[in-house]
Amino acid sequence: MNALARLGTGFVSAVVEAMEELRIHRGRVLLSLVGVAVAVCALATVVGAGAVAEQGVRESSERGGGRAATATFNVNAATPPDPVQVGTAWNEVLERYGVAYGTRLSYGEMLVQFTDGAVTVPVQAVDPAYGIIHRVRVSEGAWFDETDAERLAPAVVISEAFWDRLGRPPLATHPTVELLGEGGRTAVVVGVTPRNGEWDTEPSAFILADAYASLPVPGGTGSSMMGSLLPSFEAWIDQNQADPIIEAIRRDFAAALGDGVQVDGFRTDYAAFGEDPLLFVKLLVIGVAVIILLLGALGLVNIALVTVRTRIREIGIRRTFGATAGRVFFAVMMESVVGTFVAGVVGVGVAILIVRSPLMSMLLGGGELEDLPGFPIEAAVIGLGSAVLVGALAGLLPAFAAIRVRVIDAIRF
Amino acid sequence: MRLVEAVDVGRTVQIPDAEPLTILRGVELTVEAGERVSIVGRSGSGKSTLLNLLGLIDSPTEGELRILGEDAARLRGARRDRMRGQEIGFVFQQFNLLPGRTALENVQTPLLYAGGASFWRRERIAREMLGRVGLGERTDAKPERLSGGEQQRVAIARALVRRPRLILADEPTGALDLETGSTVMELIEEVAAETDAALVTITHDPAIARRADRHLRLSEGRLVPLDEPVPAGSAA
Repeated sequence: MNALARLGTGFVSAVVEAMEELRIHRGRVLLSLVGVAVAVCALATVVGAGAVAEQGVRESSERGGGRAATATFNVNAATPPDPVQVGTAWNEVLERYGVAYGTRLSYGEMLVQFTDGAVTVPVQAVDPAYGIIHRVRVSEGAWFDETDAERLAPAVVISEAFWDRLGRPPLATHPTVELLGEGGRTAVVVGVTPRNGEWDTEPSAFILADAYASLPVPGGTGSSMMGSLLPSFEAWIDQNQADPIIEAIRRDFAAALGDGVQVDGFRTDYAAFGEDPLLFVKLLVIGVAVIILLLGALGLVNIALVTVRTRIREIGIRRTFGATAGRVFFAVMMESVVGTFVAGVVGVGVAILIVRSPLMSMLLGGGELEDLPGFPIEAAVIGLGSAVLVGALAGLLPAFAAIRVRVIDAIRF
Repeated sequence: MRLVEAVDVGRTVQIPDAEPLTILRGVELTVEAGERVSIVGRSGSGKSTLLNLLGLIDSPTEGELRILGEDAARLRGARRDRMRGQEIGFVFQQFNLLPGRTALENVQTPLLYAGGASFWRRERIAREMLGRVGLGERTDAKPERLSGGEQQRVAIARALVRRPRLILADEPTGALDLETGSTVMELIEEVAAETDAALVTITHDPAIARRADRHLRLSEGRLVPLDEPVPAGSAA
């Protein structure tokens, strides 16, 4: 107990001494730590901004290929099976393997009456889960939900270019569009997807798969969506068990559709390609951050070494009053570590403000992110940890320099 | 109690590209608790070297030196540092106060290394000590705002705050005028007497030297005991 108490008192007194030194030399310390604070801020900002950018790349990839892990299944048969039977089999298989998000997907077109004439509009026929799987953004109104399937007039989610052609009516007024063709129908606009870029000027739309099957085909005659070409099927599967589940779904789906039907299943999400498609971005971010930190550390070591030389006499005086070499070493180290920790806190704080600022969010495309990540904890931990590590390393050289001097030489310095 | 026992102690330093330089040779010295010893000598006679040996700042190259019964040659590392901090108090000619710290912080400094209750009660102890040297009202003054006499009093308070048994004063009045020097010496002697500490003073000033119980002279590296006090006006 006594030894513990002595150890505790020794530690506290060393910390007190370090804090006192920091207070006395606050001007110099502040100057020397500006570099570290800036370096930590840059490091944490780069890591934090990197996380936002990474999320941007991820979401962009997921809009195309679906979230990890998304698998696409194609049904191939000489004689197309009954679409209702296919749909039922698909739903049963999804339920069997506990897959919450599955969708049919087919590409077609609708003949839409605009004020300036009839236009053939490309359309994607999907189930509501498609919006989740592909992170479909909706700038006005909402994506499909289960109740949209019960509408008498089919619901459509249109592109912004489509909305422009309609004159941008408020969605609260439930705007409708006329779908031309044999037995033409009226569709209700429930949502608008934002423009993907300046090139995105042609109208397009999403419609629920069942509703699309009942639509007239442009040109008058023809079949429903399940006519000559079957839709593909997509499922969002637990990434950790993707391969066996994909194989099981493929096998069971084919079996349910009977002989002569083949089902292909493969992943389409970004995570399926290579080990880590974002590895390059990550390595680049880490590389920049490490260089920044090394520069900060170099500056700190420089100043710390010069400072210790100016304090040799003071260290000598302390030694005459009983400061052991270990105590001097610890005090110099603590000064450095405590100082850089404080600089780290400041640096990380500023980094949070920068990364969460609207300007940075805009620059990184954060405004379009569906899941804008919070300031990553790892960025804060890495920032603070690096600051302390830099403090410890930068404190080592001056601490060794401080204890290398003999007491007798130090008090004459 | 015998605090210092030096037997045939010598100190030789190696000079690059030259013959080794012998600073002290055959030094014989004993100092008892409560004793006051003054040492005089010409500049370069080895007075400060001797004081550094007694203060465990330096080590002899010859002979045997025992400080508070411990063989100085065997005292190493942290044990040596701790003994120096706990048992020995230094008063320097140039005060050696820590710049930027107040008088109170300077006096507290040795208590940072004391541990235990002395560490936790360091502020109160330091205030009492400053009051004892007559600076109770100037605890928050920094060295640059204090006169030479006041600075030396702070240095004395700092040297004695851990109640050392051996006080080593290296030209303690060297930077002070005659009157202030005399007052400072009275103070050191008074505080030393309170704790029965031995006081070894190195000085050029015969008047200061005369205040001791025993007077010694360093000549050509040898410590010569004198039976009579150093006469006033003689060369140190």
